[in-house]
Amino acid sequence: MHEHDVLVIGGGGAGLRAAIAAHEEGADVAIVTKLHPVRSHTGAAEGGINAALREGDDWELHAYDTMKGSDYLGDAPAIETLAQDSPEETIQLENWGMPFSREDDGRVSQRPFGGLSFARTTYAGAETGHHMLHTMYEQVVKRGIQVYDEWYVSNLAVTDHDDPADRECHGVVAYDIKTGAVEGFKARNGVILATGGTGQVYDHTTNAVANTGDGAAMAYRAGVPLEDMEFVQFHPTTLPSTGVLISEGVRGEGGILYNAEGERFMFEYGYANNAGELASRDVVSRAELTEVNEGRGVNDEYVYLDMRHLGEERITDRLENILHLARDFEGVDGLEEPMPVKPGQHYEMGGIETDENGETLIDGLYAAGECACVSVHGSNRLGGNALPELIVFGARAGRHAAGADLGEAEITKGKTPEIEQEDGLDTPVEPGAVGASDEDAVADGGAAVVEPDETVRTAVERERTRIEELMEKDDGIQHAELREDLQKSMTANVNVFRNEEGLKQALEDIREVREAYQDVYVNDPSRTFNTDLIHTIETRNLIDLAEAITLGALARDEFRGAHWRQAHQERKDDEWLKHTMLSWNDGSPELWYKPVILEGEAKTYEPKERSY
Amino acid sequence: MSTQVPEEQDQEQPESVEQEAETAVEEEPASHGDRRRAERDAKRQQSVSGAPAEIEGDTFQLKVFRYDPEVEGKMEPRFDDFAIPREKGMTVLDALIYARDRYDTTLTFRHSCRQAVCGSDALFINGRQRLGCQTQISDLEGPVRVEPLPHQDVVKDLVVDMEHFYDQMHAVEPFFQPEEESDGDLEEYRQTRENREKIKMSTRCIWCGACMSSCNVAAGDNQYLGPAAINKAYRFAMDKREGENMKEHRLNVMDQEHGVWRCQTQFSCTNVCPKDIPLTEHIQELKREAVKQNLKFW
Ligand SMILES: Cc1cc2nc3c(=O)[nH]c(=O)nc-3n(C[C@H](O)[C@H](O)[C@H](O)COP(=O)(O)OP(=O)(O)OC[C@H]3O[C@@H](n4cnc5c(N)ncnc54)[C@H](O)[C@@H]3O)c2cc1C
Ligand code: SF4
Ligand code: FES
Repeated sequence: MHEHDVLVIGGGGAGLRAAIAAHEEGADVAIVTKLHPVRSHTGAAEGGINAALREGDDWELHAYDTMKGSDYLGDAPAIETLAQDSPEETIQLENWGMPFSREDDGRVSQRPFGGLSFARTTYAGAETGHHMLHTMYEQVVKRGIQVYDEWYVSNLAVTDHDDPADRECHGVVAYDIKTGAVEGFKARNGVILATGGTGQVYDHTTNAVANTGDGAAMAYRAGVPLEDMEFVQFHPTTLPSTGVLISEGVRGEGGILYNAEGERFMFEYGYANNAGELASRDVVSRAELTEVNEGRGVNDEYVYLDMRHLGEERITDRLENILHLARDFEGVDGLEEPMPVKPGQHYEMGGIETDENGETLIDGLYAAGECACVSVHGSNRLGGNALPELIVFGARAGRHAAGADLGEAEITKGKTPEIEQEDGLDTPVEPGAVGASDEDAVADGGAAVVEPDETVRTAVERERTRIEELMEKDDGIQHAELREDLQKSMTANVNVFRNEEGLKQALEDIREVREAYQDVYVNDPSRTFNTDLIHTIETRNLIDLAEAITLGALARDEFRGAHWRQAHQERKDDEWLKHTMLSWNDGSPELWYKPVILEGEAKTYEPKERSY
Repeated sequence: MSTQVPEEQDQEQPESVEQEAETAVEEEPASHGDRRRAERDAKRQQSVSGAPAEIEGDTFQLKVFRYDPEVEGKMEPRFDDFAIPREKGMTVLDALIYARDRYDTTLTFRHSCRQAVCGSDALFINGRQRLGCQTQISDLEGPVRVEPLPHQDVVKDLVVDMEHFYDQMHAVEPFFQPEEESDGDLEEYRQTRENREKIKMSTRCIWCGACMSSCNVAAGDNQYLGPAAINKAYRFAMDKREGENMKEHRLNVMDQEHGVWRCQTQFSCTNVCPKDIPLTEHIQELKREAVKQNLKFW
């Protein structure tokens, strides 16, 4: 059994920042990650980090923009913390040598971004995430922090208490991808989940193949509630064959969207008569899909984004990266032809419920980054707000786990007296586990296992048995097909456009995949680098998260932020200023609601119509 | 051998590499799962073969290196052939995923971002180091031949051991060591635009290992730091904010036996780098700086 004070699961932006913070606090910390840290998806971020650094800007403006951007579904204490801590955290990165773009006076450059009242997006070319990831990894190397890379964490070691609020996390079980060994990792102080996004729930996403929501699914099954999962951000300009992102910068520079008939549809059909191509992400995504649905899409699938008129000089000067992307990933020459684009899944606003200190409902278990929902993005994330989230809340979780006193959190966790239970949601099938077996639940109840070492050992045993079973079976169904069925249904039914019928269809499909998963087997008999096995375990996580997204979406009959419902085209503040919470409850998901906190440090944010 | 290919699958599936005799459906397998399993088994048998592919229609042949130290039949390295339907925009990584998901789920390779930023799928494709995700099939001549990076130990199939590469990266003190401590308080270490431009290309490295694998010198001298690590050192040595003393220290690290002087300016690293980093030029520049530094003290 490996043992450390603090275990950080995931080596992306949030994980690295958490590890450095815990180390600075004096803890013996280790990172356990299924990819080598520099391969994490944070490296793909392009745009920048929002931080109120300059005269004329201040954290309160940043907080206000963020609350408005969230469509009033963010929690004020989290948003204000983000805005307050981001400047220092951003400069900290600069001090660690992150190669930011520079102004004439040598200070870091900032640029305007959608939904921001000040040009506060701090950037390093169009590769901000790459530089951020590498800079923090360099600091990890400098400090000699131990990294277990290519170790897949497959379960949490949590005590057996009946009530999730009484449970404690003492470590994790991980699988050494290179050798196949299943081993226990004990954390004396805490485990921090920083496992990133869930894009692979969809078949068309800007996310990496590794973004399978493992941490969120593990925490959920251990008894931590998932929050606001229905809010999924779709980006309007992704390449059709891969989902690779074509930056908003193209439209910013004057790129034009056309349909198959050559019409500039944003104006032609009145989707956004003022802003046109530069309307917000959700508006443009809906417009594109409407064109396709009405038969004006190219090949019934996408539309064109044209930048040829900008001229070669301007394109190579400002959008060179885009030429490479279109060429390498779609085989299209952006100087000669328009680029095909369509909306793609981009970001999961929801996740593991945490407070401002990164703590979850389970003692000793923390979460930070895209897998978490401290609720800074609400129903719609502003561009440039995810990267500060990683460093602000990654650092806080790291410090807290290492024992620093960050003060009492204002955000509550779990069920409080104000909760509102949703029962009577009309679902076509009983959601949740099919013939839930023991290994599904991390804790069985009955408080049989509470002692730390024993908790980790028991978890390891369970995991060894589960993996043994998957490997021994040589007949059944394989993960790739199940994943494909799941992704197709999610894309067809729980996409930009949502209606009751589709959401119900998705639940039926998810159920079918869940049933079929009972019969899943791993074809590859090898213990060495068995990606077949890893993908099989990941697929289980996708099923649980797809269900969480769909259940939340079905229940929320209003239109807020990224969540659009055909029959409910308005924001319903009277009913819906609340977070959707989902608890695993021994395999039968339970839906409940938690009020949004609109009271900030100095003021209360009043919901207003969101117009730009 | 009789394979079961359910009829409705025939059109959708690519032509097999080595067509078995026309197969008929003997009986429709019972359950959903059974049917799919039968389809997959049939496909797998069709697709893997040692014989050269007979390419029909818009399909190309993918030849993939296979090896597994643990599995009988794979301990002896070999190539498997897969018939892959050509699609517009298809990359080598797409083709590998297709082969894995449709034909043989044991096919093993690293990949994640599919957009040339994670550096995990550097492979030896048609005799050259490239990122699978960044290489269009339409740019390659068939058959498309995919092998693990040369000069690295093969773990399994296309996966190589990267430890040595990481060790070399770590050996050059790959972290910023500025001259003076920042006073906290939101103060940046100001940097001129020119100095940022100077180091910009060197900061683009994604640790893919292609350069190291292409380098003859690295292949012959296991201790040679190699182009990626030297480039990492360049990034800091050229950053004016680290100050003269630190620069001297960095040049000393580069000036040792297995440092910059090993480079024989063959340009192979520069040629394969997927991020277009002028590696050879950076190494040359460090050589020049090292000479200059020594001259100062003579
Ligand atoms: C194309 C793109 C562009 C973007 N641009 C911007 C931008 O300009 N500005 C902005 O603010 N945001 C941007 N975002 C969003 C932002 O980049 C992400 O939200 C953020 O990087 C996520 O970081 P993370 O640390 O939470 O996760 P990741 O970086 O994805 O890291 C997850 C880590 O967890 C590990 N892991 C996962 N599962 C397991 C497991 N089971 N066991 C062990 N380890 C595991 C992985 O190995 C990895 O190291 C962008 C996102 C995308 C996809
Ligand atoms: S220098 Fe280029 S080829 Fe070498 S590891 Fe970095 S990105 Fe890859
Ligand atoms: S998959 Fe990330 S570089 Fe190719």
